[in-house]
Amino acid sequence: MNTLPNPESRAQPVIQIQKMNKWFGQFHVLKEIDLEVVTGERIVICGPSGSGKSTLIRCINRLEEHQEGQIVVDGVELTNDLKHIEHVRREVGMVFQHFNLFPHLTVLENCTLAPIWVRKQPKAEAEATAMKYLERVKIPEQAEKYPGQLSGGQQQRVAIARSLCMQPRIMLFDEPTSALDPEMIKEVLDVMIELADTGMTMLVVTHEMGFARTVANRVIFMDDGQIIEQNKPEEFFNNPQSDRTKLFLSQILQH
Amino acid sequence: MKNQNTVFFVRKEFAPSRPAPASTVGVLGWIRNNLFSTPFNSLLTVVVGGLGAWSIWGALDWLIFNAVWVGGNEACKANPNGACWTFIGTRFDQFVYGFYEKPERWRVDLVILVLFVGVFWTGWEKAPARRWAGGFMLILFPWIAWGMLYGGIFGLPIVETSQWGGFILTLVVSLIGIIVSLPLGILLALGRRSNMPIINSTCVFFIEFWRGVPLITILFMAAYVLPLFFPTGMNFDQLLRALIGFAFFAAAYMAEVVRGGLQSLDKGQYEAADSLGLSYWKSMRLIILPQALKAVIPGIVNTFIGLFKDTTLVLIIGLLDLLGMVHAAIADPNWSIRSVPTTGYAFVAITFFTFCYGMSRYSRFIEDKLNTGHQR
Repeated sequence: MNTLPNPESRAQPVIQIQKMNKWFGQFHVLKEIDLEVVTGERIVICGPSGSGKSTLIRCINRLEEHQEGQIVVDGVELTNDLKHIEHVRREVGMVFQHFNLFPHLTVLENCTLAPIWVRKQPKAEAEATAMKYLERVKIPEQAEKYPGQLSGGQQQRVAIARSLCMQPRIMLFDEPTSALDPEMIKEVLDVMIELADTGMTMLVVTHEMGFARTVANRVIFMDDGQIIEQNKPEEFFNNPQSDRTKLFLSQILQH
Repeated sequence: MKNQNTVFFVRKEFAPSRPAPASTVGVLGWIRNNLFSTPFNSLLTVVVGGLGAWSIWGALDWLIFNAVWVGGNEACKANPNGACWTFIGTRFDQFVYGFYEKPERWRVDLVILVLFVGVFWTGWEKAPARRWAGGFMLILFPWIAWGMLYGGIFGLPIVETSQWGGFILTLVVSLIGIIVSLPLGILLALGRRSNMPIINSTCVFFIEFWRGVPLITILFMAAYVLPLFFPTGMNFDQLLRALIGFAFFAAAYMAEVVRGGLQSLDKGQYEAADSLGLSYWKSMRLIILPQALKAVIPGIVNTFIGLFKDTTLVLIIGLLDLLGMVHAAIADPNWSIRSVPTTGYAFVAITFFTFCYGMSRYSRFIEDKLNTGHQR
């Protein structure tokens, strides 16, 4: 279950997870996780619900605390030290299933809040950066609206722009299209594909297998809190090795 | 389009939107739907409407048309079936200032003037430098007002708090309560949700203690029991002790209201703030509290209104607020007239109602203004 050598670059690993274990109370939710991610890698994590895939990426920015093992992100080990946690969170952006925009702030304020208060950028600079990213996600004209006035797809694109405004080195996506109407999934995936083209390091928990095939350079399959199989997408989909993976793929790919 | 039950169907013309039937919208539609929808409801409307009109007419008659507006106590004796407003007129200064010394009353006027200007300035949306006015009113004004009223600064002679009374006392007690209880309540609510055991249990104990004891008991303790524990000769102000009791009592209630707001927020808001690297205090200040407080504006204003009315309880420890002053003035044998007590209490009721209703309306206005189209 070791990491594959990355064919495209020999860059430094930005995320190193070794022998990581996590429990919710008595429930062993993540078991012996080993994972290494290098700069520019695009990883899709899939698996049945309850397999621990969301919990895994939430451990990477310490929204969840692990009990055993080691997680090093951007050269900083995640411990109880708040300074370490805040450093990692500055460098790691996250997009949630339910968007989690701040409803009391406008779209523009959502995007500038963290750059101003965490990165200490001047307001004008933060707003210029925010507009740049809102243009990239194709909704600059909504900048003065409140999240409650936007559609789900637009909200998720704002959420992506909000994370990008912190100019993170890594982006985590926790089922970014699961809460969207079918008509809006494509606009969000398009933005994510464009982001992948810029060379961003991405970890994406998703059930969008089309996205995994075209964008990922590694697919990880998890079940029961463990990494069962990981491979390049074409190998993973065409030639799955474990029975559990075969069953999963047959169930989600039958239509 | 006659048969849509066949399997094959393609709509060629789109159906246009039409206005709703006239009988269901507009004033007539509303009256029909809400007042006269059934014969029984029509009957109820007529009966309740009649009763309402009759009692409003009676009240207006007593309060205004048949009331005594000029003259002295003789005029009131002559007309027992109307309010005796001349009684209020004669005693008005006392109702406002209590026993505050006459030559020093300009200080009270000044404080009240600054208070009202400041409140309107802060409350009026389009006013310039609103933040500064608000900051001044919340942080500096209470100290300046206390200095002005008590004296001892700027060479002003001291007016002991035992001489304060009437409406000014009501204002002092309620405003100190309001200004202290909100920030203290917020801190207590945050502390109660903290994971740190000492902070958490301290806040829980504080809240449960002050909330679990009747306000009257707190006032009695502050006035009569607390001094027994002081060393002989040391005594700190009776009013100040009552104020602290009031403020803590209100803060405990406020903490629970704010906690309700904090719990109503989605976990995702905390996580989004964390994931952006905001520290605890920044995420509270910028993300969590603005939403939580907005959600509980009705509860906060409810607590303020309750506090404002509870100030009348200082009566039982010998402080004469507005109600206390009116209560005392009624006992004057010169005004021992049937309509005088009713008039006095009506005056108190109208004054309190004006302030409470004003707070209530302002809270509605703020809620509408802060509504960003987000319904959860």
